Amino acid sequence: MSQPSISKSMTIGESGLAVVFAATAFLCVIAAAKALDAPFAFHAALGAAASVAAVFCIVNRYFERPAALPPAEINGRPNYNMGPIKFSSFMAMFWGIAGFLVGLIIASQLAWPALNFDLPWIQFGRLRPLHTSAVIFAFGGNVLIATSFYVVQKSCRVRLAGDLAPWFVVIGYNFFILVAGTGYLLGVTQSKEYAEPEWYADLWLTIVWVVYLLVFLVTVIKRKEPHIFVANWFYLAFIVTIAVLHLGNNPALPVSAFGSKSYVAWGGIQDAMFQWWYGHNAVGFFLTAGFLAIMYYFIPKRADRPIYSYRLSIIHFWALIFLYIWAGPHHLHYTALPDWTQTLGMTFSIMLWMPSWGGMINGLMTLSGAWDKLRTDPVLRMLVVSVAFYGMSTFEGPMMSIKVVNSLSHYTDWTIGHVHSGALGWVGFVSFGALYCLVPWAWNRKGLYSLKLVNWHFWIATLGIVLYISAMWVSGILQGLMWRAYTSLGFLEYSFIETVEAMHPFYIIRAAGGGLFLIGSLIMAYNLWMTVRVGEAEVQMPVALQPAE
Amino acid sequence: MSFWTRHQIFEKNSIILIVGILLVISIGGLVEITPLFYLKSTIEKVDGVRPYTPLELAGRNVYVREGCYLCHSQMIRPLRDEVERYGHFSLAAESMFDHPFQWGSKRTGPDLARVGAKYSDDWHVTHLINPRAIVPQSVMPGYPFLSQTEVDPDTIADHMRTLRAVGVPYTDDQIANAGADLKAQADPDNAGGDAFTKRYAKAAVRNFDGKTGTPTEMDALIAYLQMLGTLVDFKIYNEKANLR
Repeated sequence: MSQPSISKSMTIGESGLAVVFAATAFLCVIAAAKALDAPFAFHAALGAAASVAAVFCIVNRYFERPAALPPAEINGRPNYNMGPIKFSSFMAMFWGIAGFLVGLIIASQLAWPALNFDLPWIQFGRLRPLHTSAVIFAFGGNVLIATSFYVVQKSCRVRLAGDLAPWFVVIGYNFFILVAGTGYLLGVTQSKEYAEPEWYADLWLTIVWVVYLLVFLVTVIKRKEPHIFVANWFYLAFIVTIAVLHLGNNPALPVSAFGSKSYVAWGGIQDAMFQWWYGHNAVGFFLTAGFLAIMYYFIPKRADRPIYSYRLSIIHFWALIFLYIWAGPHHLHYTALPDWTQTLGMTFSIMLWMPSWGGMINGLMTLSGAWDKLRTDPVLRMLVVSVAFYGMSTFEGPMMSIKVVNSLSHYTDWTIGHVHSGALGWVGFVSFGALYCLVPWAWNRKGLYSLKLVNWHFWIATLGIVLYISAMWVSGILQGLMWRAYTSLGFLEYSFIETVEAMHPFYIIRAAGGGLFLIGSLIMAYNLWMTVRVGEAEVQMPVALQPAE
Repeated sequence: MSFWTRHQIFEKNSIILIVGILLVISIGGLVEITPLFYLKSTIEKVDGVRPYTPLELAGRNVYVREGCYLCHSQMIRPLRDEVERYGHFSLAAESMFDHPFQWGSKRTGPDLARVGAKYSDDWHVTHLINPRAIVPQSVMPGYPFLSQTEVDPDTIADHMRTLRAVGVPYTDDQIANAGADLKAQADPDNAGGDAFTKRYAKAAVRNFDGKTGTPTEMDALIAYLQMLGTLVDFKIYNEKANLR
């Protein structure tokens, strides 16, 4: 395709976005000047600085770029947009290490409380949301954005929609993380678990998320394939449902337009139900549907086998998204929530076991005929083990949602262990596997720098997970049993503090497990860095692409 | 046309796929959440539950800010050991003015739903500054900095106005006197004490942190902790009428 000689001018997107950011910078300066509290002033200043930087980047990019925008196709082949994917992959690794590190710190604080140092900014209550948000939304979120932008382009055989929009999504999302994270340290929180960011961060995330949906959707609409690939159903369900959950859980009235504090619209029991409808489906749609999309693309790709069953993926998809949304009340068993809601939540949580295992079977059986690759390819092994962990925690979850089991497990470390078998084993490993695939693909490298290092990562991290979850199972069940233990005379046998004391050795083991997981991720970061730095470039094969099945 | 070929309509039209997803995911939430807003049995009928006093509200905001809910629940379940350890199981009515709710999900420390009036103010001051000074095995962080920060009496009325907008029944009188009430609750010698206790039934007027001057965050947090679970009188609470 020859370059038509056109006069260079700013696109509507470039000029419009530059104007919007200039106006935002102005508004942020006013907000910073009128701020009622220091954290709000800091965030407004941060917003002003980021907006000015955005205007500069847009203008600078305009002067640097050729007159024509990048073509959608070069020589009949889609001209895939890898820039935002590279950025998100890098940020995922960065936030992952940061999030695991904060996890290690708070685990150590529970074992040795002196590590709180009596300081407000680094005490457990403020660091814990930093840990959860850093691993779920910063690490997991960047993995999801990076992989979804890759998968949607490849499976639709079309360049990502938008010119600046994908960049707006990846940078805007990471700016949200920055505001949320620094907010926690400064004591800005609305105290709703996994939805802690205050109203202004929520508003910003809403804008970013809508653009994310549009970029993804328009790319799907432009596709060159008649069918929408199954991974994209899951990505779409993830993006759409997270938007619904975010809007449902977060309506809040700020005390002042120039202050960080707000009060959520819902109160008491309704707030509790909204919160766990959101909270459980942050698990269901962020940490499950999104990562199942990764499973449905990366495992077949890496194993070089088709997905086991197309019909099973249809049932898996619809059953999973329908059933998941009901499961929230199992977080509120035996609370003041009405019994009918609890029972409904329990019933659907148990039913959820079936589509979850259907999905697991679909992922695992994709390897039929290629099982031998587990011996030689540690990346594929990581992906497959992640699916095994998915199966394990999606059995444990329905079991814990049964009310009698829950009466023991709730409020204890068993819940923490359950979450981490899903988070470290499933989400962590499937993300690592996906990044090990994605980085060489996005940077156009022949392969990873070292498969041996992947192997080390796999075994160190697996050992870490085993230590972590078994310590939490033991401590959780132990504490639950101690709370309800009676003496032969009918008195409670243990005071509360005795049950706290009994946790000490398990908290140390847990911290050791977390430390191993962190070491594994550092090995991974080095491996990926060397892949990009010294990896051999892949030679482009001049063959026509096979249409995806 | 088989079921599997019919499914192609979703696979070939992204907008139909999105509409399908939206429909499927909205059912569960609608069925479980909307009835909670209108079913009368959802929240028990009890006497005594009132909105927080200005000082308690400021203390509650400290509780939220420091993430106390991450280790302390405020929800006693109707299980034998919990009722014996912590007191009467929690009622929905007891948190009906809570924006946001603080039921929590983890008990690294004990439940606090009825911690009010269990320990002395002195105990709380010492314990919050250094938990291990009182409970050597405790893993709770120390919060000595709360004593050094004063609560702003001038902005608390704005907070109450915001809460009223989301449904907490603060009266005009309560909002007009918010700043004065905030100071009066932490100062037993204050002339406004009587008017304050008329506005807020069962509210304790004490110098919570033992220091004179503008109330600190320590005063506020202890005022909040000391009222938790004390509003409903379970001697006259009609258990049978509220069975559900």
